[in-house]
Amino acid sequence: MVDKLNHDGSIIAVEHVNFFYGTFKALTDIHMLFKKNAVTALIGPSGCGKSTLLRLLNRMNDLIDGTRVEGRVYFEGLNMYDPNIDPVEIRKKIGMVFQKPNPFPKSIYNNIVYGPKLTGMNNKNDLNALVEKTLKQSVLWDEVKDILDQSALRLSGGQQQRLCIARALAMNPDVLLMDEPTSALDPISTAKIEELIDELKTDYTIIIVTHNMQQAARVSDETGFFYLGKLIEYNETKKIFTKPDLKQTEDYITGRFG
Amino acid sequence: MKWRYFKQHLFFWIVKASIALIALSLGGLLVYIFVHGFSALSWDFLTEPPRDAMTKGGIMPAILGTFYLMTGAIIVALPLGVMSAVYLSEYSKQNRILRTIRIGINCLAGVPSVVFGLFGLGLFVVYLKFGSSILSGSLTLGILILPTIIGASEEALKSVPQTFREASLALGVSKWQTIYRIVLPNALPGILTGSILGLGRAAGETAPIMFTAAAFFTAKLPTSIFDEVMALPYHIYVLATAGTRIEETRPIQYGTALVLIALVLGIDLIAILFRSYMRRRKSW
Ligand SMILES: Nc1ncnc2c1ncn2[C@@H]1O[C@H](COP(=O)(O)OP(=O)(O)OP(=O)(O)O)[C@@H](O)[C@H]1O
Ligand SMILES: [Mg+2]
Repeated sequence: MVDKLNHDGSIIAVEHVNFFYGTFKALTDIHMLFKKNAVTALIGPSGCGKSTLLRLLNRMNDLIDGTRVEGRVYFEGLNMYDPNIDPVEIRKKIGMVFQKPNPFPKSIYNNIVYGPKLTGMNNKNDLNALVEKTLKQSVLWDEVKDILDQSALRLSGGQQQRLCIARALAMNPDVLLMDEPTSALDPISTAKIEELIDELKTDYTIIIVTHNMQQAARVSDETGFFYLGKLIEYNETKKIFTKPDLKQTEDYITGRFG
Repeated sequence: MKWRYFKQHLFFWIVKASIALIALSLGGLLVYIFVHGFSALSWDFLTEPPRDAMTKGGIMPAILGTFYLMTGAIIVALPLGVMSAVYLSEYSKQNRILRTIRIGINCLAGVPSVVFGLFGLGLFVVYLKFGSSILSGSLTLGILILPTIIGASEEALKSVPQTFREASLALGVSKWQTIYRIVLPNALPGILTGSILGLGRAAGETAPIMFTAAAFFTAKLPTSIFDEVMALPYHIYVLATAGTRIEETRPIQYGTALVLIALVLGIDLIAILFRSYMRRRKSW
């Protein structure tokens, strides 16, 4: 039996989670609900555990030897760390975009159909339609529609990142985790991806890590501020950036510390 | 000041001399064998079986035998080696058992080849009753080159960027499919190059096959993997040590050596060309 729980309006619920790399405690007593079809930003100084939390949400931390999770993480009411749950199934539902664009050394087309093909989608027309749909979603279609057979590695960094988003969308996930998706990109590509995030939130739940305060303010509905592995403040973005509850949050946002 | 200057020059001189010595002995060896063996080479030498108690004729059965043994060795060792490497570098956790396995593999690489020959004799020829045959020889040579193939494969697997694995796993693709679809294809050039180079070494080995596969002389070509074959290195050994007409067959010995060297260098050359071709194509 997988234990179930109801958290109204939220798609992911993190309950009193501690996380360890070996003996090092990287997250302490994290308690946090992620709203469905909203954009949640995770901010905080380097090393405070933002990426760790993000990777915890689709069990990517499982891949690191010697890690340990205490507490519970619910996805749509299911405890995703229950031994009966297959992390592979979780990752199909909760996609991820990395800090550095990481397309496969394959064609643009094959980057997108790679995942769907392995999960049994074989009809050529369906695949073609999927490629077009996801590339349009990620606002890359017009730039690449004539070069779908070209290697993805020949695209620019910003284009590669949008391709990675399209690739993640092709698995039709419910949640998209983004770890500093624009930190390696120029301002124009960054603006494109921010627009994209805004459009995607009607269909997806997005959780994004960013070091860019303006970006957090622009794209997110909720913001969590982390410091030394703890969730210091979690509030509506508007509130966090205008009238945060805590002085520590205000200091960080205004650049007075961190 | 002068002394230091002198010391520096002396050192350079020693280094250069060592390189020259190596180049000279290698070159000398090649030239020596070429000079002595070239007269024996002819189309018939490559395509005819030996005649007149091996004092005349060609070495075709030995060329063919070596070819069969190498093919067999790679068929045995490549899948086994690649799978072991996948286990070692993709699945196993770093612990004491793994370290022990690694040390074992390294030891295997240092075992004298005649020991492999005896092992093959005991296990394949006698115990499993494969007899002295292509099968026994291939298995023995396969085990001989296994450490090389495992090493090369592990190297190649490690060189595939971790980000590729993460990208695939994050899509909800299973670990095995990630390895099969992403990691192995990208590691394949490295695996093949390393394996072919390892194979080149096996081609010249005499000891592992002399008890397990190689025939002193057989005019008939093998018809199954349970037949004995002649092989180039063993043929040289036989002509140079056995029988009463050793002097008479010198040209054949050198000719055979020349063919063997050409074969090994040819294999290495193919591996190196393949590698540089794949490197130029590689985009990450
Ligand atoms: N694989 C790992 N093994 C051991 N410790 C790790 C590992 N990954 C991260 N840590 C540690 O966990 C803490 C949190 O790291 P994390 O990467 O989550 O920080 P972050 O908030 O994402 O930082 P940044 O903004 O620099 O990306 C850090 O102290 C880091 O050193
Ligand atoms: Mg990080």
